[in-house]
Amino acid sequence: MNENPLIALAGYFALLSLFAVGGANAAIPEMHRIAVDVMHWMSDRQFADSFAISQVSPGPNIIIVTLIGYHVAGLAGAAVATAAMCGPTCVLAFFVARTWDRFKEARWRIAIQAGLVPVSLGLIAASAFVLARSADHNIYAAGITAITAAVGFATRINPLWIFAVGGLLGLSGWL
Amino acid sequence: MSATAPSPVRPTLSELFRAFVIVSISGFGGALPWARRKIVEEKNWMTAEEFNEAFALSQFLPGPNVVNFSVVFGSRFGGAPGAAVALAGLMGPPLIIVTVLAMLYARFGDLEVLGRILAGITAAATGLLIAVVAKMASPLFRKRWDWAPLIAIAAFIGVAIMQWPLPLVFAVLAPVSVAFAWVKR
Repeated sequence: MNENPLIALAGYFALLSLFAVGGANAAIPEMHRIAVDVMHWMSDRQFADSFAISQVSPGPNIIIVTLIGYHVAGLAGAAVATAAMCGPTCVLAFFVARTWDRFKEARWRIAIQAGLVPVSLGLIAASAFVLARSADHNIYAAGITAITAAVGFATRINPLWIFAVGGLLGLSGWL
Repeated sequence: MSATAPSPVRPTLSELFRAFVIVSISGFGGALPWARRKIVEEKNWMTAEEFNEAFALSQFLPGPNVVNFSVVFGSRFGGAPGAAVALAGLMGPPLIIVTVLAMLYARFGDLEVLGRILAGITAAATGLLIAVVAKMASPLFRKRWDWAPLIAIAAFIGVAIMQWPLPLVFAVLAPVSVAFAWVKR
């Protein structure tokens, strides 16, 4: 692994940005695979911590790449990772936005839109699985996950409250 | 041609920038409700239909949805400069905040108490993600036997269980899924 980490960050995240249908939540397993398993940039716990920080930060959740980038290569890493994750998809969005309205009723467009939904669902489910494996080391943590899943499904509560309760339970030393 | 009437108000570049700064720093746990409130309800820059249409496009595109939305929205009103200022407004403040948090974590990440708090937050956030999955899945799985659940399950197994690279799983499943959608619509 004597590759320049900035180049590796740029390459991995630029590629990932083009396949992450469903956004940050769909990209978690691939980020985990690369950062923890393939490149050994961070430990499983550091990855889970980065996810937690990105969740309680304002702004898009994709900001987790900034944390990973900083961990790998400081400020330059943070900048490169963020730019790589946003750049390609922004260019694509810019050009597609100009032609998209024209094909509103086109059958291929409807098929693409409908076809990507289940792929995206499977990827987000995989994210939840990967995170649960990182986070739920004991029955209490798994219990918090199960309860927040039920609360999140049944209510429209502001997630910040749920994070606050989770953080306090963690602080209390149960986890 | 779109049948919806064009929205009456056009933002300037600096208004675009400021709107996305506010959307960004208000947007804990998803910026979409804030974007809708700001753009449709407060500013009248888009009708609700235009907003839904632009957001559907942003979700279908790969990459972070809200980031895509800022580009789609900004370019509609200001071309490339509009897209750039909307994106800068959206990403600027969180980038600064998260970089500071990253520095703090680099310094204090080994503290046991911080680790415990973050572990609790991760457990809770994982639960919320499961809730998102359940909400997305219920319309797909409620229908009688269909291709969509199979694709979702295959994507899950490929990425979560087999731990295959995402681009590979996507390259196989996306065309199959789109083909099913084409045939069975």
